[in-house]
Amino acid sequence: MTEKQRQELLEQLLEKQKTGKLTPADRYAIPPQEMPNQDSVERRSNVHEVATGYTETQARLEAMRCLQCKNAPCIKGCPVRIRIRDFIAAIAEGDFKKSLSIIKENSLLPAVCGRVCPQEVQCQQTCTVGLKFKDTDKAVSIGRLERFVADLDKNQDAVPAVAADTGMKVAIIGSGPGGIVAAADTRKAGHDVTVFEAFHKPGGVMVYGIPEFRLPKAIVQNEIDVLTKMGVKIVCNFIVGRTRTIEQLIKEDGFDAVYIGVGAGLPRFMGIDGESLIGVYSANEYLTRANLMKAYKFGKGADTPIAMAKKVAVVGGGNVAMDSARTAVRLGAEKVYLIYRRSENEMPARMEEVHHARQEGIEFHLLQSPKRIIADKDSRVIAVECLKYELGEPDSSGRRRPVPIEGSEFQIEVDTVIIAIGNIANPLIRQTTPGLEFNKWGNIIVDENCKTSLEGVYAGGDIVLGAATVILAMGQGRIAAAAMNKYLAEKKTKAQS
Amino acid sequence: MPHKIVSKTRISEDVFTADVETPLIARAARPGQFVIIAINTEYSERIPLTIAGADAEKGTIRLIWQRVGKTTSELSDMKTGDCISNIAGPLGKPTHIQNFGTVVCVGGGIGNAPLLPIAKALKEAGSKIISILGARTKPLLILENEFAEISDELIITTDDGSYGRKALVTEPLKEICRRQPKPNQVFVIGPAIMMKFCCDVTKQFDVPTQVSLNTIMVDGTGMCGGCRIEFDGKPKFVCVDGPEFDGHKVNFDLMMKRLGAYKEAEQKAHEMYKEHQCKIGLDKTMDDGRGTKDE
Ligand SMILES: Cc1cc2nc3c(=O)[nH]c(=O)nc-3n(C[C@H](O)[C@H](O)[C@H](O)COP(=O)(O)OP(=O)(O)OC[C@H]3O[C@@H](n4cnc5c(N)ncnc54)[C@H](O)[C@@H]3O)c2cc1C
Ligand SMILES: Cc1cc2nc3c(=O)[nH]c(=O)nc-3n(C[C@H](O)[C@H](O)[C@H](O)COP(=O)(O)OP(=O)(O)OC[C@H]3O[C@@H](n4cnc5c(N)ncnc54)[C@H](O)[C@@H]3O)c2cc1C
Ligand code: SF4
Ligand code: SF4
Ligand code: FES
Repeated sequence: MTEKQRQELLEQLLEKQKTGKLTPADRYAIPPQEMPNQDSVERRSNVHEVATGYTETQARLEAMRCLQCKNAPCIKGCPVRIRIRDFIAAIAEGDFKKSLSIIKENSLLPAVCGRVCPQEVQCQQTCTVGLKFKDTDKAVSIGRLERFVADLDKNQDAVPAVAADTGMKVAIIGSGPGGIVAAADTRKAGHDVTVFEAFHKPGGVMVYGIPEFRLPKAIVQNEIDVLTKMGVKIVCNFIVGRTRTIEQLIKEDGFDAVYIGVGAGLPRFMGIDGESLIGVYSANEYLTRANLMKAYKFGKGADTPIAMAKKVAVVGGGNVAMDSARTAVRLGAEKVYLIYRRSENEMPARMEEVHHARQEGIEFHLLQSPKRIIADKDSRVIAVECLKYELGEPDSSGRRRPVPIEGSEFQIEVDTVIIAIGNIANPLIRQTTPGLEFNKWGNIIVDENCKTSLEGVYAGGDIVLGAATVILAMGQGRIAAAAMNKYLAEKKTKAQS
Repeated sequence: MPHKIVSKTRISEDVFTADVETPLIARAARPGQFVIIAINTEYSERIPLTIAGADAEKGTIRLIWQRVGKTTSELSDMKTGDCISNIAGPLGKPTHIQNFGTVVCVGGGIGNAPLLPIAKALKEAGSKIISILGARTKPLLILENEFAEISDELIITTDDGSYGRKALVTEPLKEICRRQPKPNQVFVIGPAIMMKFCCDVTKQFDVPTQVSLNTIMVDGTGMCGGCRIEFDGKPKFVCVDGPEFDGHKVNFDLMMKRLGAYKEAEQKAHEMYKEHQCKIGLDKTMDDGRGTKDE
C-alpha cells in the first residue's frame, strides 16, 4: 500500500465513523500495518535501528483496527495495565498528546517498551482481533502504536513535578529499567534520591545488552537526563557491596530506604569441554564490548577490541541469542549459526527479532546442541561439535523436552562461539548484605510490595524475578517506589511525634 | 565524577606511579584489591589496575602501571592535575592476611606493585617476610627500597646479571623451600609464566602458594565472564572469585593463551595511538614549547 492509498483509506474510514456507520467488519478489513524496516541487506553493515517507525497515517489506520472492546482483554495482558483501549482511541482521533498522557499514567518508558516488550505473549496475545484471525501477528500492533506516540514526544522533555523536599534519603542500586522507575517515583514524592551504578554509564541492560539497532541509546539517555533534571543524583562507577555496603549506606550515609535493582548479571556457561578456549564468549561479554564500549568502532575511535569473527555460532534461542547473532552480522561475520536445542515454537525470543534474524541471513540450527568446542594447537576455536535432538514429553515449563539422539554428532566449522543460555543471580549483594533473604537460586525474596527481609530495603527486576523483561522490572520498580513512599511518610511522622 | 591525578612520577623506563583522588575507594580498599579505570567515557577501554596503596585520610589511592599498550600509554602521557573520568572499585576479594609464620613474597616485574601492600600487611600481622624480586634487567626493577624496609630477607635477581643474582626467581625460591623448616606460605605476583614456574617449584615442596591473576577484564563485577580461568578443572571468574587463587590449581597454560587473544588488535590500537601522539607532540612544541612531561 502506498502512503497515498493509506491516506484515502483513512479518510473513508473516518467519514464512516463520523456518520456512525463504521462496522467491526470494516475494521477487520483494514490491512495490518507492517512496520517499515531498514533494508535487510543494507542494515547488515550498520548499527542503526532496524524498525524505522510508523507514519502518522499508518498509526491512525492501525488504531482504527482496534474494536474498542468493552472488556478490553488486551489490558490484562499488559504487566503494568496500560489503558490500551483508550490510548488507541486517542490515536485514531489524531490526539497523540492525549494518547501519550494515558500511557504515561502507567508506564514511564513507552519508547522503550513499545520496542522491546514481547507483545505477542503479553498485550497482543489476548487481543480480540488477533483471536479472530487466529494469529497474534494480526492482532492490533499495540507496541508499535505505543512507540509511535512516545517517539513524537522525543523533543519535548517535560520534567515531572517534584513535591517539596521531605528530608528523606533514598538509595537506588542499579540503573536498569526498575531502578529508573523507582528513582523517578520516589523523587516525585520529594525524597532526596541517589542512583548508584557499577558501570561507567547508566541504563543497565538497555545500554550494555540490548543493541543500538533495536533500542537506540539516545532514548535511554533521554530518560536518564529527565531523572537528572528532576534532581536525582546519578553516581556511576559505584559498586554496592564493594565501594560501600548496603549496611554502610543505611547506617553511616543516612539513607532511609534502599531499592535493589542490580539485575541478574552472572552469565551461565554450559559446562562442556572447550568453553574456556580463545574465541568463546558469554553473550554478556560480547554485547558489552560491542554496545557499551562501542567495539564496532574499534580502530575508528574506540579502544576496546572484539573478535572480528568470520564464522560464528551462537548458542541459545532467546533475545540475548538473537542480539548476539545479529551483532556478529554487523561486525562483519560471513556466516552466523544460531544453535538451539528445541524448535522454533519454543524460542523465547520476541517473534519480530526471530523474523529479523532470518532476514539478515542467520542460519538456524534447531533441535541441536553443542557437545564440545574444538580448538587448534593455539587454543583458538575451529569448530563446535553438536548433537541432534528430538522433542520428547513436556517438561515442567510445559514445553516438550529435547532429548539427544545418540550417535548424531557432527561438526560445524566456526572461529567464535557465543554462549547465550541465560544469566543467574550475581552473588555480590548476597555476600555483603547480612540478613537479606534469598531463594535457592540466589534471587532476593520479596513480598507483594517488593519489600525484602530487611527494614527499609526493597528490591525488584531480574534480581528478584530471575531473567525477566523490561516491563516487569519497571512494574516492580513502581510497586517498590509506592511502598517506599508510604514507608518513608510513616517514618517521618513517627520521627516528628 | 572525574578523578584528579594529584601526583605522578616515572619510576623506571616504562613504569609509572600516580596518586589519584578517589575518596570512597581509598576508604574501602584492602590489600589484594584492584580498580577498573576508563580514561574517558565514550570510547575508552576499561582496564584493571591493582591498588598499590591507599591513603584514607588524603582520599587517594596509588596506582603503578607498566606501559604496554594503548591505554597504559595514554595514562603514562597524563600529567599531574589531569583527570581520569572513571575509576570503579575496590574490586576483587581482599587478600587473606594473618600471621602465617615465614612467608616468601615473590615479585616479578610490575608484579612488585600489587605485592607490596600484601607484604606490608603480612608483616604487620606478624609474619616473617622473605622477598624475592625479579627483573629482566636492573633499570626495570621497581620498589626495591620499599621492600627492603619491610623484609626480613631480600633477594634480588636479574635475568642478565646487571644487578643482584643472575638468575630467575625460581632458583632462590627453590633454595628457600629446601630450608628446614620450610616456609609456611608463598605469594607470587608477576607474569603468568613466572607464576606458573614458581607454582611448579612450591608444589614439589608442598608449600601453599597464592597467586594473583591478571586476566583480561571488562566489567570486573562478574557480569561478562571474560576473566574466567580454569581452576581445579572448573571455571572461576578472576574479578569476583579472585584475583588471588591457590596457584597449584590454576591452569596457567590456558590462561596465558587467553591473555594473548587480542594481541593483534591491541597492537593496532597502540600503533594508532603512538602515531597520533607524534602528531600532537609536534603541534605542542610549535604552540608553546611544552614538549616535556612531568615525570
Ligand atoms: C541482550 C539482552 C536482550 C534483552 N532483550 C529484551 C527484550 O527484547 N525485551 C525485554 O523486555 N527484555 C529484554 N531483556 C531483559 C531485560 O533487559 C531485563 O529483564 C531488564 O533490563 C531487567 O531490569 P533490571 O531493572 O532488573 O536491571 P538491569 O537492566 O539488569 O540493570 C541492573 C544494573 O545494575 C547495575 N549493578 C549490578 N550490580 C550492581 C552493584 N553491586 N552496585 C551498583 N550497580 C550494580 C548493573 O551494572 C546494571 O546497570 C534482554 C536482556 C538482555 C541481556
Ligand atoms: C586484577 C588485575 C590487576 C592488574 N594490576 C596491574 C597493575 O597494578 N599494574 C599494571 O601495570 N598492570 C596491571 N594489570 C594488567 C593491566 O590491566 C594491563 O596491562 C592493561 O590492561 C593493558 O592495557 P593496554 O591498553 O595498555 O594494553 P593492551 O593494548 O590491552 O595490551 C598490550 C599488551 O599487554 C598484554 N595484556 C593485555 N591485558 C593484559 C592483562 N590484563 N595482563 C597482562 N597483560 C595484558 C597484551 O597481551 C598485549 O601484549 C592488572 C590486571 C589485572 C587483571
Ligand atoms: S507496556 Fe508492553 S505489554 Fe504493556 S501495552 Fe505496552 S507493549 Fe504491551
Ligand atoms: S483487545 Fe485488541 S481490539 Fe480489543 S480493545 Fe484491546 S487492542 Fe483493541
Ligand atoms: S571481568 Fe567480567 S566477569 Fe570478570
